[in-house]
Amino acid sequence: MFKIIERKQLSENVVKNVIHAPDIAVKRKAGQFVILMINEKGERIPLTIVDSDSKAGTITIIYQIVGKTTTDLAALKEGDFILNVLGPLGHATEIDNFGTAVCVGGGVGVGVIYPIAKALREAGCNVVSIIGARTKDLLILEEETRAVSHKLTVCTDDGSYGFHGFVSAVLQQMIDAGEKIDRVYAIGPVPMMRVLANLTRPHKIKTIVSLNPIMVDGTGMCGACRVSVAGKTRFTCVDGPEFDGHEVDFGLLATRLQMYSEQERLALERCRCEKNG
Amino acid sequence: MDKEKKEKKEKIPRQKMPEQEPKARIRNFDEVPLGYSPETAILEAKRCIMCKKPGCVAGCPVDIDIPAFIKLIAEGDFIGAARKLKETNVLPAVCGRVCPQEDQCEKVCILGKKGEPVAIGRLERFAADYERQSGQISIPDKAPSTGRRIAVVGAGPAGLTIAGDLVKMGHDVTIFEALHKSGGVLIYGIPEFRLPKAIVDAEVNFLEKLGAKIVTNFPVGRLKTVDDLFADGFHAVFLGVGAGAPVFMNIPGENFSGIYSANEYLTRSNLMKAYAFPEYDTPIAVGKNVCVIGGGNVAMDSVRTALRLGAENAYIVYRRTEKEMPARIEEIHHAQEEGVQFKLLTNPIEYLGNEQGWVKGMVCQQMELGEPDESGRRRPVPVKGSEFVIECDTVVVAIGTMANPVLQATTPGLAVNKWGYIVINEETGETSRKGVYAGGDIVTGSATVILAMGAGRKAASAIHKYVMGL
Repeated sequence: MFKIIERKQLSENVVKNVIHAPDIAVKRKAGQFVILMINEKGERIPLTIVDSDSKAGTITIIYQIVGKTTTDLAALKEGDFILNVLGPLGHATEIDNFGTAVCVGGGVGVGVIYPIAKALREAGCNVVSIIGARTKDLLILEEETRAVSHKLTVCTDDGSYGFHGFVSAVLQQMIDAGEKIDRVYAIGPVPMMRVLANLTRPHKIKTIVSLNPIMVDGTGMCGACRVSVAGKTRFTCVDGPEFDGHEVDFGLLATRLQMYSEQERLALERCRCEKNG
Repeated sequence: MDKEKKEKKEKIPRQKMPEQEPKARIRNFDEVPLGYSPETAILEAKRCIMCKKPGCVAGCPVDIDIPAFIKLIAEGDFIGAARKLKETNVLPAVCGRVCPQEDQCEKVCILGKKGEPVAIGRLERFAADYERQSGQISIPDKAPSTGRRIAVVGAGPAGLTIAGDLVKMGHDVTIFEALHKSGGVLIYGIPEFRLPKAIVDAEVNFLEKLGAKIVTNFPVGRLKTVDDLFADGFHAVFLGVGAGAPVFMNIPGENFSGIYSANEYLTRSNLMKAYAFPEYDTPIAVGKNVCVIGGGNVAMDSVRTALRLGAENAYIVYRRTEKEMPARIEEIHHAQEEGVQFKLLTNPIEYLGNEQGWVKGMVCQQMELGEPDESGRRRPVPVKGSEFVIECDTVVVAIGTMANPVLQATTPGLAVNKWGYIVINEETGETSRKGVYAGGDIVTGSATVILAMGAGRKAASAIHKYVMGL
């Protein structure tokens, strides 16, 4: 049993939980994730570890409420328990002083890019961050990301805050201006990662993406999370979750993410009915 | 025993075990065979002629004293029979159900030479079930504490067996399991209709009462390495992590939606109870036309699961003939009774998908049997120009598993062979690392529950010797 120490609503549909998981907190590195299962009847879902505090024995997760499991998770209060938390899983992000690293995060993906930006900063990189959301109210971790970045640009799709437009437009401007970019980290919705990878490919800027396919065990046993990278099938849970964005088949990833859309809709409706009595 | 008495015994026919009718059982996930009644069990037990040199014991990988427990059943002492079983086997209710007795103890039963062997597996199951249902479960005596701590990695058949043995010898044993439930393949792989999960839970529970500690959600290799475990004060480590990684065929279209590894399909259904969706949250594709590729027990488990989930057509697609299938005859027979269609001498070479990226068919080749290969079975060779399409919307690939690389990658100095399986001294289970032992599928590749248990048993005595010498 894993206790929820803190619960914070970051935006209308994004929630942060700090969970007591001392072993994971000690071992975890940037880029790794956990699989959690709320209760006996729950589904196992992967979530990136956003932060950890080895002294307090806690890990932090941030998630968007999209389906039944995240709805149930968001309904848990401080002091409540999550039945199973497994981790840390996947390879840690390769961290080094790469020079200028542009960290691009979209939507809840900002939660994933933040620990990477933080680790890169600690390794001596010049960290330039670009974070975005559909609208101002949905933007998360602005202050935290600013604190670990040498430069931060904030974007909203609707122009309600910061730069009016997509994160890709900001990166495009940087490239057009001839700014030196050694690496790009792009984490967010699949279409965003695809656009960013396409943008950097002709300029041969190494672009790392973190993938979020459906998983079950998370330890390399089932193959649910298989993706195609450079034409080869890879398991995101043990081979990833980060891959070279120029080699990822994003179309396949998007398709496989839709595999259970009908059941997910059904489960969510049922769950909302129960919650509303 | 005089000749007359022996002949009389042989006249009792091998007792059948009642089963759920095929038409009824394909609509539920309840267990198919229903077990012996006490009367039937006694009758079957009386068939045993109590050989002085019993071949059956030698045929058992965990050396169960088979004539002794059968004698107790014949005398009506069912609890005594269960206790006798548990002296050498911590999982009798499991083994009575899933062991391939026809290839082990029953194969060498003297009665089998002229007629049918004693139904040892059914009797084992009966005694274990009787004890569990009676609630009179006793905890065997343990040796005094040795002060030695042993870490067992993986709560599957090998790990559970070795933990039971080592605890009885007086050691302090902790099992580390990556999944959220113990049992390994018994819990995620073998379906409810063949091995009810309540039985696995009860046997795991027995082990905990015996004194073994089990820590779930603990991925050794990620959360702690083998070296970390030694640093934490463990004196020896046993690796029984199984051959957990699925094998795919590497043919075009294999990543279309609706195509599963058997591991995923069975894990969703068994461990996560997707068959009870939406009461349980984990979904599974309920196909109309389901193709399961392979001819082993896992393929049979998958195809029978597909039927129960509601498939209109459930196919076994296998490149050889029924004769070469590695599955137990009983399982093939169950599948046939339930209406599974067998597409034999058939080999898939490509998947076809629809606009949504969902599988809609499988291009197959007709095969014929050629010369025998290394396994001694005749090698299937494609018939030229024989390609045809099987329409399907769900595919389960059940052609085997391989070693998961995580543990090896995080344990320096652990020798593995070219397939990634851990290299051991077969007599002792010792690996190339001092104090580290291994057994089960991670050494042999996919095999049976009982062979993994036998490996656990062997390593237990070697570990005992090792830690007592420290």
